Amino acid sequence: MEHIVIIGNGISGITAARHIRKLSDKKITIISAETEHFFSRTALMYIYMGHMKYEHTKPYEDSFWKKNRIDLKFGLVTAINTEHKSLQLENNENMQYDKLIVATGSISNKFGWKGQDLKSVIGLYSKQDLDQLEAIAPNNEVCQRAVVVGGGLIGIELAEMLHTRKIPVTFLVREERFWDGVLPRGDADMLGRHILSHGIDLRLNSNLSEITSDAHGNANGVIIAETGETISCNLVGLTAGVSPNIGLIKSTAIETDRGVLVNRYLETNVKDVYAIGDCAQQREPIGNRKPIEAVWYTGRMMGEALAQTICGNRMAYNPGHWFNSAKFFDIEYQTYGWVFATPKKGYAHFHWKHDDGQKCITIEYQEASNIFLGINTFGIRMRHEVFDRWLTEQRTTDYVIKNLKEANFDPEFYKTFEEEINNAYKYQFKMAYR
Amino acid sequence: MSTKTNSSMSLAKPDSQTLSKTQKIAVALGIVGLFIMALTLFNVDFPNKPLFLSLSLGLITAGTIMFSNNAYLTKQAGIKNDGVWFKSIASRGLWGWALGIVLTLFYIVLYFKAEWLGLAADGGANGGLVALFDPLSRLLNGGPASQWFVYGTLYTVAILVFGYKFMLKYRHNRYEQLRTISVMFFQLAFAFLIPEFMARLNSETFSLPYYDLKNIWPLNFYNFDKYRVDSMIEAGDIGLAFLIFGIVSIFVISPILTYKYGKRWYCSWVCGCGGLAETAGDPFRHLSDKSQFAWKVERWVVHSVVVFVTLMTTAVIYSYLGNDSSKYWLTKDVFLLGVAGLLTVVFALVMLFKRKELAKDAQYGAIGYFVIIMVLIGMHYFSGTKNVFLVDTYFLKSSYGFLIGAIFSGVIGVGFYPIFGNRVWCRFGCPMAAMLGFQQRLFSKFRITTNGGQCISCGNCSTYCEMGIDVRAYAQKGENIVRSSCVGCGICAAVCPRGVLKLENDSMNGRINSNDILLGNDVDLMDLVNQK
Ligand SMILES: Cc1cc2nc3c(=O)[nH]c(=O)nc-3n(C[C@H](O)[C@H](O)[C@H](O)COP(=O)(O)OP(=O)(O)OC[C@H]3O[C@@H](n4cnc5c(N)ncnc54)[C@H](O)[C@@H]3O)c2cc1C
Ligand code: SF4
Ligand code: SF4
Repeated sequence: MEHIVIIGNGISGITAARHIRKLSDKKITIISAETEHFFSRTALMYIYMGHMKYEHTKPYEDSFWKKNRIDLKFGLVTAINTEHKSLQLENNENMQYDKLIVATGSISNKFGWKGQDLKSVIGLYSKQDLDQLEAIAPNNEVCQRAVVVGGGLIGIELAEMLHTRKIPVTFLVREERFWDGVLPRGDADMLGRHILSHGIDLRLNSNLSEITSDAHGNANGVIIAETGETISCNLVGLTAGVSPNIGLIKSTAIETDRGVLVNRYLETNVKDVYAIGDCAQQREPIGNRKPIEAVWYTGRMMGEALAQTICGNRMAYNPGHWFNSAKFFDIEYQTYGWVFATPKKGYAHFHWKHDDGQKCITIEYQEASNIFLGINTFGIRMRHEVFDRWLTEQRTTDYVIKNLKEANFDPEFYKTFEEEINNAYKYQFKMAYR
Repeated sequence: MSTKTNSSMSLAKPDSQTLSKTQKIAVALGIVGLFIMALTLFNVDFPNKPLFLSLSLGLITAGTIMFSNNAYLTKQAGIKNDGVWFKSIASRGLWGWALGIVLTLFYIVLYFKAEWLGLAADGGANGGLVALFDPLSRLLNGGPASQWFVYGTLYTVAILVFGYKFMLKYRHNRYEQLRTISVMFFQLAFAFLIPEFMARLNSETFSLPYYDLKNIWPLNFYNFDKYRVDSMIEAGDIGLAFLIFGIVSIFVISPILTYKYGKRWYCSWVCGCGGLAETAGDPFRHLSDKSQFAWKVERWVVHSVVVFVTLMTTAVIYSYLGNDSSKYWLTKDVFLLGVAGLLTVVFALVMLFKRKELAKDAQYGAIGYFVIIMVLIGMHYFSGTKNVFLVDTYFLKSSYGFLIGAIFSGVIGVGFYPIFGNRVWCRFGCPMAAMLGFQQRLFSKFRITTNGGQCISCGNCSTYCEMGIDVRAYAQKGENIVRSSCVGCGICAAVCPRGVLKLENDSMNGRINSNDILLGNDVDLMDLVNQK
């Protein structure tokens, strides 16, 4: 029986395993050094916030794996020998494979800051990171201030987490606005105000210069590059993005760049070795997508596609229209299609915002044809299925705005804003054609 | 999903989830209010009962309002689950167990030892707690209080004050607010005030049984008892109207509303048990068991209760009907055949048209139960045993009343809120919920729509589903949630951080979709995998 070995029990590896099991009878082993069972990394914040226990973040009951004959191995892979098709584990145990799937995920970025390896400096990626956070910052007596470095999705989650334990947070963001490498100005400004309204000490245009240490090797402050100001603190969270976790792969015959290089079939340069999820890097970019996509959905989709290939139905990874979502404190965000921070040449933005500072949308469209390229929606839920269809049908923005009601996904009885948006849209165009 | 959690019995909290000063004062006010009531149990006889009753209820109300205002209005609107699993009372810690035990003891005394609460022996005057409520009872219905009046009042106050708290907690969510107003209204008007006023109308010549009009059989399993039916018939047109309403609500009103809106129209907009669960019970909703095993137990137990209540009611009505068709058309035989016929029609329709939508064990269960009922009816019919269904009617009825009516719905249902969550009764015990759920699963426009591929499997929805539905298991597959037990509380949709879930009524077509691959993928791959 063919033995499929998967390194990494995150969403991508697990999805591949489940689908291989559905399609075949192959022997499947999943190895991980993080947790015994698959849990949802995206829910890490809710454990610290007390919304859930670790157990609740496991999407499948522990008995699921045995029932589906998926073997779980808890341990660290230390070496891969692609010639002999074998792996070495931490305790020198060896394991043979017929096909190997590398799904090792990411690690938190560190940019060589002075003091980045001190105690009480953490990233937020793994269960171990969370345990460490719990130890360093159980409450606001032990941790009197925290500094979060890096204004992205994980940074704001960490800020919100600490905030729920009433720990004062200073949030250093290198850019002029929060997450403005991705978000258009109107959206980013609204979020900036929302972050401030929760009492977070948001510092824009602020780079970390160094982390200072006390006598015991614990971080006790950070110095801001621009102002030279020292902010004393008991915890430093480094959340300046993630990069593929390929330390293990680098010493093998498997070709890497920033990530493990794969073709559209998720195959590496070595036969019978594949890579999926956060750690994979596409040799040829797909549409507007980045070659490394470190999000939940793409990991899942790669797992689904690869399972087909492994089970004899060779299939390219061919994602549909881009989508994503997040939540910033109380404001939910969804995006469908592409909205860039600054519209590409020949494209423009339509922006509407509500007076309460909690809702806004931005639509990107092609100016000449009025064709709709994508939408960012904050504080209003929208239907994935409808936008996916409109994107496929290449609808115009006029059409999208007129039919926006169809896409509304807010709970029943919620106030709706389609009319207001429609009026704002008409007004913007009237002004434009004057 | 797995729900084995390591609850700490420690009183120290892992973080600063302590109460604020205002909240401490609020709790103190509430405790003083309760203390006044507790004193009456030790035979403290308050001189001015109206004053002390008002003081007691007033303090409880004021305390809860003050607490809620401080807990929610000092923060921005949004999901308020911070620290839920760190709070001893909400995570099966020491305080949780203590509260559970106190509530359970209260229910045991209420149901079985009402004299300890001060209920008068025949003819005497009330003492203790019951006497404290005499003035209010006199004001409303003209008579002295009973233990049920005390309970009804406390129940209503609980729904009102904790309803207020719930509305603040979800002040960003109109669905939650509206349905809470609705349960508060139905409890106050239909369950509490109207029946009390109706009792005022009773006289020597005219008497209506206590009737909470929003209670529908089988929830009010006693509705067709002989004494009730007799007194409704004797009360003339009004009584007859009530009787007819009772029957119409089972066979017409409830099926239509459930078809259009799902069982939520009742379970989380009208029902009193649901009302208490959603308001006072809200802090415990995450304690429900989400395991596959619990789901299995739920299906067998709750459907057995349905069979039990059907048999029991049939036997009760049967026992007082006559044999002579010339006196009244509805004789023992006509009735029994009617019941058998109705069950056969429902069973046949489901098996013919909806079998595909039932799981294997549900099919076996349905067949098994159907056969048992038919055999029992047949045996009675052909062998002429004295007791329909082999056992004595009185025994059937009293054991139902004891096991289901008292132990299950009260002692376990509410007493165990802090241990098993707030909807244990609704999930495992309520025959009404089971019947509405059966229809919801097979014949209703209601579903929870999943938003394409947006789910991140975080688990908030499953954790906060009070019915123990593993919502995530469906959402992460892009599958709509069409579950008979879903009461449509809407909390899963509210707590979802990615906007994945929406409760809605739409066409029956494609309501139950099962996906293996989600939206966002290559369309060919989706077709390939999902068509199989
Ligand atoms: C806090 C946080 C919030 C997030 N929120 C979102 C979100 O809201 N939406 C979204 O789309 N994405 C989100 N993401 C990103 C998303 O979680 C990741 O893209 C996704 O989990 C990656 O899955 P994966 O299967 O590629 O890898 P991972 O989930 O990282 O799994 C890799 C596993 O492999 C193990 N491993 C690695 N090397 C070895 C070895 N040598 N031996 C044994 N085991 C090994 C690792 O320990 C790890 O357990 C979030 C990420 C974080 C950290
Ligand atoms: S599935 Fe959602 S709406 Fe239904 S009972 Fe559970 S939480 Fe409430
Ligand atoms: S539906 Fe929402 S709450 Fe439930 S697991 Fe998915 S993202 Fe989380």
